[in-house]
Amino acid sequence: MTRIDDTFARLKADGTKAFVSYIMAGDPDYDTSLAVMKGLPGAGVDIIELGLPFTDPMADGPTIQLAGGRALDGGMTLEKTLQMVRDFREGDATTPIVLMGYYNPIYSRGVDKFLADANEAGIDGLIVVDLPPEEDEELCIPAQKAGLNFIRLATPTTDDNRLPAVLTNTSGFVYYVSITGITGAAAAEAKDVGPEVARIKAKTDLPVIVGFGIRTPETSEAIAAVADGCVVGSAIVSEIAEGKPVEEVLAFVKSLADGAHRA
Amino acid sequence: MPDDLLNSFMTGPDEKGRFGDFGGRFVSETLMPLILELEKQYEHAKTDDSFWAEMQDLWTHYVGRPSPLYFAERLTERLGGAKIYLKRDELNHTGAHKINNVLGQIILARRMGKTRIIAETGAGQHGVATATVCAKFGLKCVVYMGATDVERQAPNVFRMKLLGAEVVPVTSGRGTLKDAMNDALRDWVTNVRDTFYCIGTVAGPHPYPAMVRDFQAIIGKEAKEQMMAAEGRLPDTIIAAIGGGSNAMGLFFPFLDDKDVQIIGVEAGGKGVNEKMEHCASLTGGRPGVLHGNRTYLLQDEDGQILEGHSISAGLDYPGIGPEHAWLHEIGRAQYVSITDTEALDAFQLSCETEGIIPALEPSHALAHVAKIAPDLPKDHIICMNMCGRGDKDIFTVARALGWDMSGA
Repeated sequence: MTRIDDTFARLKADGTKAFVSYIMAGDPDYDTSLAVMKGLPGAGVDIIELGLPFTDPMADGPTIQLAGGRALDGGMTLEKTLQMVRDFREGDATTPIVLMGYYNPIYSRGVDKFLADANEAGIDGLIVVDLPPEEDEELCIPAQKAGLNFIRLATPTTDDNRLPAVLTNTSGFVYYVSITGITGAAAAEAKDVGPEVARIKAKTDLPVIVGFGIRTPETSEAIAAVADGCVVGSAIVSEIAEGKPVEEVLAFVKSLADGAHRA
Repeated sequence: MPDDLLNSFMTGPDEKGRFGDFGGRFVSETLMPLILELEKQYEHAKTDDSFWAEMQDLWTHYVGRPSPLYFAERLTERLGGAKIYLKRDELNHTGAHKINNVLGQIILARRMGKTRIIAETGAGQHGVATATVCAKFGLKCVVYMGATDVERQAPNVFRMKLLGAEVVPVTSGRGTLKDAMNDALRDWVTNVRDTFYCIGTVAGPHPYPAMVRDFQAIIGKEAKEQMMAAEGRLPDTIIAAIGGGSNAMGLFFPFLDDKDVQIIGVEAGGKGVNEKMEHCASLTGGRPGVLHGNRTYLLQDEDGQILEGHSISAGLDYPGIGPEHAWLHEIGRAQYVSITDTEALDAFQLSCETEGIIPALEPSHALAHVAKIAPDLPKDHIICMNMCGRGDKDIFTVARALGWDMSGA
């Protein structure tokens, strides 16, 4: 049982949907980013997705690209991202942290070393965008063995034939990508997402969380209502990009979390 | 070389799209079903005579293949050593080898019912080739090109527009080929249903590296036959320039099992291959990593962040290299060297002066290496170099580098 499994067990007992928020580690700088992160659980965030900056984020739209650029310009690295998790864990032992990013920084560090460091720092799960099931031996299977959840993306192009492959070796939850496209793009529609979530849930007992294209408390509520929860990333990162004070960013996060929790 | 491991160097990739440890399918889930479908369609087309008949017809009547194999007599005399042949792929329609591959992918796209073609381009040669074939078949074409390249390759941007393509300048990153490829992938992930991504080099997720190689292998097949006709034997050394590595893979592939043929790939050494990393020599100055769908040698920092390379040649300005080259490098079947901007400029002028051929800056790198080694080789040593593109697109860059004022021209 990871913190992720514990969190979903608690939410299920409460009859509440999960709210997951994404921020980029080190955006716009280490201290601000850590301050936002520390405030997320208080703003109602159930699971934190922490973006690992990468120079070439091929699945991300301009908002997340620029956030990664700001972080890298400020000297952010994988090592400092792990340090941020350690700093966060000093004051919070329960909120699950999912590291989300691309494979090369992890591969560059060495998979075994990375997994040991991630465990030690207090990371609970991984979402690695450019590792489909076909490449499970790279990181997914070693991560599961190391006790970390490997959370897979399912997308509108993941048809019924392919779904079992995507669900095998997935743990923690399934992240359903609501649109074909990049982060921060088109708006998600609950009427399209609902049947897709049902299709996935018919094949797995894992919670299904929906992300991409959710920007407002209303959408947060509508999408969470047809799934086990929702993820917001670009909309929060945009607030940080505008240079808003940490309290304002967290107030916005709270409005989104309240939306999801109303569902 | 581990002879006991391999009876042939031409059997790769394996079913996972790997050449040894390199290659693979490192893409997001949204793209994965498309890649698998493409692989299926390509596997079918590969053994379909009607597919290759269509290719052959267009290669002959539209591209102008076979391209000549030309004995560069004055260049040979000037260098005073090995006998130098040039494979004249710069004489192809659109001025480079790129169209060999584009035709194959567009025929495939048509068979798959795709109506919109996207491509990335660096020097603009792949973009022009894609725009050309799209115009010929009446397909919508969108080309992603780094903003820096849009500026330094203005003639090709205009060509693409004349051919009806939409050219999208990419401002993310440093605005070169790598960034163009990122944005092309973002487009593809957004427009999965109707769009075919026509990759211009032997990189990207499986099956692209193998498919592009197979389409470019016509270069080596012809060169082999032409060399037998001209000399009655195979060349001793074959040489080609490498950015992603498609013209090189096209020349090399048919020769891989001819173990007496020495194979040399020439990377862009930019301002010199050293710790300043102002070059694009992935094999001689990089290390293995994962980018753009495949594992290969990459220019990267110690944190695994991808570095922006530098080359005077926009077509070589890419921090990675095709995975099959990475494999050939590791097993030692091919040798990889680098040539600086300055050496390439010298070779550019050498080709103009001795042979009346204005080469692209990309093959100028290969020629610079030929000029380095030929003088010390015996006169019966035969070198075959791929002249993969013509230099019309580069005259402004070269003029600037040589201090010519073209403003009044």
